[in-house]
Amino acid sequence: MLRLPEYRYHQPRALAEALSLLVEHQGDVMPVAGGTDLIPNMKHRLFEPGHLVALKRVEELKGIHEENGHLRLGATETLTDVAESRVVRGCFPALAEAAGHVAGPQLRNMATIGGNLCLETRCTYYNQTAFWRQALGYCLKKDGSICHVTKVGRKCVAAHSADTPPVLAVLDAVAVLEGPQGRREVPVGDFFVADGIANTRREPGELVTEIRVPLGPRTRRAAYAKLRQRNSIDFPLLTVAVSADMDRDLTVHELKGVVTGLGARPRELAGWSEIARGHVLDDDLIDALAERALAQCHPLENMIVDPEWRRAMVPVYIRKALRRLF
Amino acid sequence: MAHRAVTTSMPMPRATDVVRLRVNGDLYEVGVPAHYTLLEALRYELLLTGSKQGCDKGDCGACTVIIDGRATLSCLTPVHEAEERDVVTVEGLASADGPHPLQDEFDLKGAAQCGFCTPGILCSAAALLARTPDPSRDEIREALAGNLCRCTGYTKIFEAVEGAAARLRVE
Ligand SMILES: Cc1cc2nc3c(=O)[nH]c(=O)nc-3n(C[C@H](O)[C@H](O)[C@H](O)COP(=O)(O)OP(=O)(O)OC[C@H]3O[C@@H](n4cnc5c(N)ncnc54)[C@H](O)[C@@H]3O)c2cc1C
Ligand code: SF4
Ligand code: FES
Ligand code: FES
Repeated sequence: MLRLPEYRYHQPRALAEALSLLVEHQGDVMPVAGGTDLIPNMKHRLFEPGHLVALKRVEELKGIHEENGHLRLGATETLTDVAESRVVRGCFPALAEAAGHVAGPQLRNMATIGGNLCLETRCTYYNQTAFWRQALGYCLKKDGSICHVTKVGRKCVAAHSADTPPVLAVLDAVAVLEGPQGRREVPVGDFFVADGIANTRREPGELVTEIRVPLGPRTRRAAYAKLRQRNSIDFPLLTVAVSADMDRDLTVHELKGVVTGLGARPRELAGWSEIARGHVLDDDLIDALAERALAQCHPLENMIVDPEWRRAMVPVYIRKALRRLF
Repeated sequence: MAHRAVTTSMPMPRATDVVRLRVNGDLYEVGVPAHYTLLEALRYELLLTGSKQGCDKGDCGACTVIIDGRATLSCLTPVHEAEERDVVTVEGLASADGPHPLQDEFDLKGAAQCGFCTPGILCSAAALLARTPDPSRDEIREALAGNLCRCTGYTKIFEAVEGAAARLRVE
């Protein structure tokens, strides 16, 4: 049995009320959506806020629909709703697929797309009970002063482990945030920073209210591939998302790739468009892109599997994702 | 309205909040500590101990209940989140006339061994059959992907769900 620490549970129905609760209890409050990430973390005493602001009943955070040239995903739509939505499947099948591959069915019924964007980073030495962590003298990210992964480093390298952000990034999606300072838009590709302790640009008083995915050119396709231990429920050990603007004969105009599950932020693969632009996406090009990706990816011991094996899987999953583009 | 006062021998945190829950069609008004999960409220306040406390952190599915028609993990559901919702636990599957066809088929096919995973699996399967009366083997496999069973190897569980689906279609 894992007991939760004590907290007060607030259930606002309006966004303004939710935002003012976050201000009122500043420093001792967290938002909770599906709770599938935060509740286990609280049971592990990784967070002990005195107040939780529940988002599921806030009207403004709901809804999936097309609007002025983009698809609007309300932050509290569940991953089941995203994966099963006819609009999402029609416009962005890779996004529906990524949402449908998060965790298992019960978790997807609870988990939200906004929570997936804000998922806490993960590490073998962090996602453990307080007792377990204490036995090892804690670590830099929580209660301690050393990192068990880098041994020497002063920087936490816990892994970004969410499935939908890489796909949202290659689709040029934008996160809409609202807070005491007002409303702002941050491209998902710029939302994350390379710091395992706090890996997003979200300010504590801010909420992600919606995610907008531009209904870009019809020639653009996206694909996604995920490596995990058990396909039934596990977090990704590696996730690859790719998107391409191509002619019918597969001549590439623009190509993007984002990998995650390695470091604290999803990484956009450098140099891909230069290699690919003007060329046909054939096996030779795919091999060149996979090789270029491998040179940029260096998995660490932040997960329970062998980093060398995980690295060897990078080109395999890059090829898999690229082949799904046609 | 059913109303029960319950005491248990375990030292329990102090109740601070009153929540109204609808569980298996019965309305309960129950005093709970504000930080209880739905699973804790079901097991320690309502004494509905069918839902199991396995991992208590979202990995195993033993605590699965049905909320508003969807299979949900009660160990990760803050109790307040279940208010104004319709909760069905394994205790709510059987009717006065007898066990649910799923329960009957699990018995006939030998789909439960130690039985710890069974209440959660029955709830996931019942939620599936309510939406998909004639599921394929793959759809059953997918619906039960979040319910870990360490005994059976799943084959008999899938067969039992198929058997129950067939009986429910005839009824
Ligand atoms: C067994 C298991 C397996 C899992 N497997 C996967 C997996 O394969 N892939 C994957 O991506 N995830 C996985 N998860 C993690 C989690 O279920 C998902 O990432 C989910 O989408 C999180 O959403 P949530 O609504 O439940 O988040 P919550 O737990 O409610 O919140 C997560 C974090 O985001 C913050 N937050 C939530 N919503 C907002 C908002 N609108 N604005 C600002 N901040 C917000 C919270 O304060 C919290 O810090 C798994 C979890 C478990 C328990
Ligand atoms: S990467 Fe290092 S500091 Fe960060 S959670 Fe893991 S052990 Fe702790
Ligand atoms: S007890 Fe809830 S998932 Fe294991
Ligand atoms: S019957 Fe023992 S865990 Fe499933």
